[in-house]
Amino acid sequence: MMRPVIRSAALRQSLAALAADEAAHLPLTALDTVWIQLTGTLCNIACRHCFITCGPKEDRVRMMTRAEVQNSLDECRALGVKEIYFTGGEPMLHPEFFAVIEDSLAVAPTSFLSNGILIDPAAADRLRALFDAARYSLDCRISLDGMTAEENDPVRGRGTFQDIVRGIGLLARAGLAPVVTVVEHALGMAATAKRSAFLAFLQGLGLDRPRVKFLPLLRIGREVRRTHGYGDDDFVRAGSLDRVAAEALQCGSCRLVTADGVWTCPLLLDEPEARLGATLREALAPIRLRWAACHTCVAEGLQCRT
Amino acid sequence: MPDLICVFGGVYSNHLALAATVEAAWRRGARRFYCLGDLGGFGPNPDKVLPLLREHEVTVLQGNYDHSVGHGLADCGCGYTDPRDNHYAQLSYDYTLARTGDEFRAYQRALPEVIVEEWAGKRVRMAHGSPRRVNEFLWESAAPDAFLARLMDAERADVLLVTHTGIPWQRTLPDGRLVVNVGAIGRPANDGTTDVWYALITVGEETAQRVSAELCRLPYDHPRLAAEMRAEGLPPEFVATIETGFWTTCLEILPPKERMRGRY
Ligand code: SF4
Ligand code: SF4
Ligand SMILES: [Fe+2]
Repeated sequence: MMRPVIRSAALRQSLAALAADEAAHLPLTALDTVWIQLTGTLCNIACRHCFITCGPKEDRVRMMTRAEVQNSLDECRALGVKEIYFTGGEPMLHPEFFAVIEDSLAVAPTSFLSNGILIDPAAADRLRALFDAARYSLDCRISLDGMTAEENDPVRGRGTFQDIVRGIGLLARAGLAPVVTVVEHALGMAATAKRSAFLAFLQGLGLDRPRVKFLPLLRIGREVRRTHGYGDDDFVRAGSLDRVAAEALQCGSCRLVTADGVWTCPLLLDEPEARLGATLREALAPIRLRWAACHTCVAEGLQCRT
Repeated sequence: MPDLICVFGGVYSNHLALAATVEAAWRRGARRFYCLGDLGGFGPNPDKVLPLLREHEVTVLQGNYDHSVGHGLADCGCGYTDPRDNHYAQLSYDYTLARTGDEFRAYQRALPEVIVEEWAGKRVRMAHGSPRRVNEFLWESAAPDAFLARLMDAERADVLLVTHTGIPWQRTLPDGRLVVNVGAIGRPANDGTTDVWYALITVGEETAQRVSAELCRLPYDHPRLAAEMRAEGLPPEFVATIETGFWTTCLEILPPKERMRGRY
């Protein structure tokens, strides 16, 4: 169904204020998952569905230094965090990417989300060495949006299918088992038959332990231009959320660390109001589900974690 | 004399391994037995487990499987996303539910969710998955020290004993507190051997204040279990796990380190 896109900034703001008033509250049950926006909005490609509008020239949110990351990792340890995810942008663009991952693995199991294009044989070997040396698990997550170039490239960019598939193959050859994430950018992509087909496709790329994760589309960021945004009543009203649905929401157990402070979740980087404080400790308060994207989390049970 | 206590979990209808565990631990000197839950699922003839638990006076905690079977829920609640995993999990659950008698189901319904003991002055908290959630997995490679310390702080626990994952491990935290995942006696630990695992807890060894754990490998009559599973028409994939020691289904829950140690 097509939803109207609200183009008037003033109207959008007043609706947001209304939403903020009426929106459901969500306490942080436990800080289990910490996301780290390692490279800010910097990415080596510019996907047409990117919900935080990343790209080679996007410097809205700057890269974190290794020292800044270390401060957050210290906080993670002090707070007893269960798992850490590095995201961007493309985290592998960080000049000290491998050192940062090693720092993180000393604290907790660590995942990074990448488009896989920068993985060359040397990078795959270094990841394998980090995997072997660490006490906790290192998980690589690679984004690929189809089983063919025809399906993937219109979304991720011309030639990306080939580059991503090559990266996945190199990880497989290094003896790693990445999770491949697929965004449902077209109808029916996550249907059961498709899911099985995707697993078989990954096996064909050399992954003897194929793992796949489907993610629903978020109608924010660049996706608004590719298709459309949310409608004006897409927010989660207080009282509309039962206990089971509330407990399933990731923002009840996660926060996002960026160079500019801590946000509610990895989805709302472009919402200044979703900033909760300068440090994790300042960001433990309950939040209000006042954003349109919350609608997708509630309706689709979205979990960014693996 | 130190006190020896046998703690195990994940029976998964493996009555042969249950009998073997009690016998082996008894021979080692254990006189008290605890089971951390998941009595049914996976294996054959679930009702054979109840008389053994009673005969050996095992103190039992409720696992997620026991909760589901006890209350006759629609599935085991593991929530797999891989359609193949869901298929096998459901097969196993439907079989177990259909073949568990009313008496055993009532028994499972009535099991406690929490057991706390005091051993050698230490507060020992037993849980199925984790102290905060019956179906939370505590894998060795996915449970950082500081996180475990947080869980134990909330319980004021000195020792934490869990199961649910099926792979045993133990760790002494930097502050000296002990965490033991006792593994499972119902199926092998995805390590390519057909043996299963239980834990022997030693209380009061050396100094009176000490609680320590030994993870014990246990061979049992696995060819006989495999034959019983075949006779019951259970999937060949499950039988293969018993016969090879590698997990064949429901692998998506494994963290990468544990996953890479297996064959699939
Ligand atoms: S979706 Fe990922 S790979 Fe694509 S532009 Fe955004 S951050 Fe980069
Ligand atoms: S967008 Fe989703 S994860 Fe973020 S605050 Fe809203 S409901 Fe929570
Ligand atoms: Fe369990």
